Amino acid sequence: MAQDIPDKNIPDRQPPVSQVGVIGWMCKNLLCPWYNAVLTLVSCWAIWAAVAPFWEWAVTNASITLDPAAAKEHTGAAWGFIRDMWPVFMTGVYPAEERWRPLIALCIVVILVSLSLVSSFRRSKWIRVLWFASPIVVFALVYGGGITGLPVVGTHYWGGLMLTIMLSIIAMLAAFPISVLLALGRTSDMPIAKPFCVAYIELIRGVPLITLLFMASVVLPLFLPSGMELDKVLRAIVGITMFFSAYLAENIRGGLQGISKGQYEAADALGMGYWKKTLVVILPQALRIVIPPMVNNFIGILKDTSLVGIVGLVDLLQIAFATTSNPKWFGRLEEAYVFIAFWYWILCYALSSYSQYLERKMPSASK
Amino acid sequence: MSERLAPQEKVPFWRSPQGRAWTFQLCMVGAFLWLAVSVYSNTLANLKTRGISSGFGFLGNEAGFRIGEVTGIPLPQGGLLWFLVSLVAGLAVSQLISRHLKSKSDRPMNSKWLSVCLLFSIGLPMLTLYIFRDSVEIAHYTESSSYFMALLTGLGNTLKVTVIGCVASTILGLLVALGRLSPNWLLSNLSRWYVEINRNLPVLLQLFFWYFIVLQQLPNVRQSIDVGGWLILNKRGLYLPSLVPQQGAWIFCAAIVISIAAIWVIRRRARRILDETGVPVKILFPSLAVLIGLPALAWLLGGQPFTLDFPVLKGFNFKGGTGMTPEFTALVLGLTVYVSAFNAEIIRSGIEAVSKGQREAARALAMNERQVMRIVILPQAMRVIVPPMTSEYLAIAKNSSLAVAIGYPEFVSVGGTILNQSGQAVEIVGIWMGVYLCISLLISFGMNIYNSKVALVER
Repeated sequence: MAQDIPDKNIPDRQPPVSQVGVIGWMCKNLLCPWYNAVLTLVSCWAIWAAVAPFWEWAVTNASITLDPAAAKEHTGAAWGFIRDMWPVFMTGVYPAEERWRPLIALCIVVILVSLSLVSSFRRSKWIRVLWFASPIVVFALVYGGGITGLPVVGTHYWGGLMLTIMLSIIAMLAAFPISVLLALGRTSDMPIAKPFCVAYIELIRGVPLITLLFMASVVLPLFLPSGMELDKVLRAIVGITMFFSAYLAENIRGGLQGISKGQYEAADALGMGYWKKTLVVILPQALRIVIPPMVNNFIGILKDTSLVGIVGLVDLLQIAFATTSNPKWFGRLEEAYVFIAFWYWILCYALSSYSQYLERKMPSASK
Repeated sequence: MSERLAPQEKVPFWRSPQGRAWTFQLCMVGAFLWLAVSVYSNTLANLKTRGISSGFGFLGNEAGFRIGEVTGIPLPQGGLLWFLVSLVAGLAVSQLISRHLKSKSDRPMNSKWLSVCLLFSIGLPMLTLYIFRDSVEIAHYTESSSYFMALLTGLGNTLKVTVIGCVASTILGLLVALGRLSPNWLLSNLSRWYVEINRNLPVLLQLFFWYFIVLQQLPNVRQSIDVGGWLILNKRGLYLPSLVPQQGAWIFCAAIVISIAAIWVIRRRARRILDETGVPVKILFPSLAVLIGLPALAWLLGGQPFTLDFPVLKGFNFKGGTGMTPEFTALVLGLTVYVSAFNAEIIRSGIEAVSKGQREAARALAMNERQVMRIVILPQAMRVIVPPMTSEYLAIAKNSSLAVAIGYPEFVSVGGTILNQSGQAVEIVGIWMGVYLCISLLISFGMNIYNSKVALVER
């Protein structure tokens, strides 16, 4: 029997060319049944129709000169406008000689974020202290006055990307404790506090942000004692905070409901009081589950701060109108929008990728 | 041993959870009352110093401003009133019938009673509307109308945008979701980037993009893009021919409704015969015959039901037909594209949430691809899709308020004009919130009913 088996190894038969390699891949994913090829053609046409004019406008026919007259000779984009105006897009009408202050504030935040990404630093007490101190430091730097000895730059000078980011971060920080309280109230069985929280959350979730912004900017001054003036930026923050605390509360409620009953009972059995139980046992677990939806919430805030333009603040989006009504670069709205869209998109896409990464990393949160 | 058990002491109220909860709540109520009272007195004082009288009396004042796009508001008198009365009565009767039947037996309603209910809740109101059609009065806003009328017109525009936006974004979202699920690599990546680009840009930026950039690139009135007179597009807006109802329109519409009902009956009968005897009954040709035959008959008897009114260039602009202002076009386009990205993700994740085994099991039962999708995948995906889709529809209703930024006269925009004119800030903001809350509640109510229909029936 053994002799029957030839010594030579029979070479493995190669799989058919149409199933592996480049050709196989193309056949499977682009061409093979005839309708797939049609779809490929249609997609190619759609990409061509969208990208070709944009490429022509943004690259082929574009100019980058700082001279508006020279830019007019090109039919495409005048990127010189962005080169000329980008500090305004970043900080609005913040005085030019003070622009180093927001820059340093930005550096502080970036350094803090990158330090937190290093896991050995993340657990240290110092970084927490720095995180808690950073909003005050940033505000003191940007606003000035007080002990800093810097000239005061009032909030009506704030604008651009700086205002957008500050509004969203402050609103998030302010909405967080409110929403935790609202979520706790909604999941509690207190006969007065619970309906109160439910009513607040449902009322706010039922109305558009713009009506809340109008309320904060037009009605809120009427509610305050006469003589007391609220800053315009502060009023917008109040509106955004009210709005997002309701949405955030619903997310946190989801996290609270995701905690098993045994955790509550174990804490009770250890003789913990309500606040100790909530702060030490329940919230740390509940909040960890809801970090990805909270990041999505923050993306929502970041995008929706663009509405503050309607009540008269000059955020990143409104800067487009402010800069293009300037006679030097009159009517360069396309370039401005592309630049703004680029910033919003980068920020939101980075955040949403981060939230997806967190979701994947979190085995306990998966159902 | 018993002496080790301490005598049952009465727990002082500050140490009992209930006692502390009540103390906390009383404090909260006290703080809330204090806040309310101080806000109320401050507001009164502030209004007094500014010379604004509070109350809703200003709604009757003459508005005096122009609204670019006016939707007719049917007045609640005469025909409309009768229609509403018969609608409520019909719904109540059919509700009573179903309650009665449910109390008598556990079995679901049979088709005979379902038809009776449908007749009461749809047929009766339509009949009333037909009988009283001459007394339906539709009011159009003019500059001399009241503020109230202006707000109603704005609300009409909001509802128009919301309904069109919901339908269009669902269809577009479905297409993009199917594109993402397709095995074609290029198409699925194209759809992915469509979603990623649209949902990571603020909706206001997108509205501005459509309004200030895309629609501004359109040609002037004289050089309009003209597709055979059917579709005319220029800087002033989009013009389509409109249908003008003629004498036979009522009969024609009735014929369409009857033929749809007839097709429904035919399908039920076919399914019953299939269930009872196992013999599939062909329904396509009878259905088509009914669907085409009945309206054609009505056309022959009643004469041409509709004529088309084509937009014609007269003077400086197009007259006739249905004109859509650039603001409206931009708003609907912007909202549709923005929300369709979210809808696409919802639909895709819903379809992907149906476990693979279901698809394989369905194929093992020798179902073809269409049946797998229609009978097995979609019904299960709907359960996952409906709740988040509801919040997207709500988002369209709420985001339509961004029209204020591009000047489309919807509810918030009209309210803002009134606010600037009359200074009645508290009332206007109150009306806004109340109305949007009602719209939101209505949409969630409707979607909840639908959701309970598609939800898993647990036995």
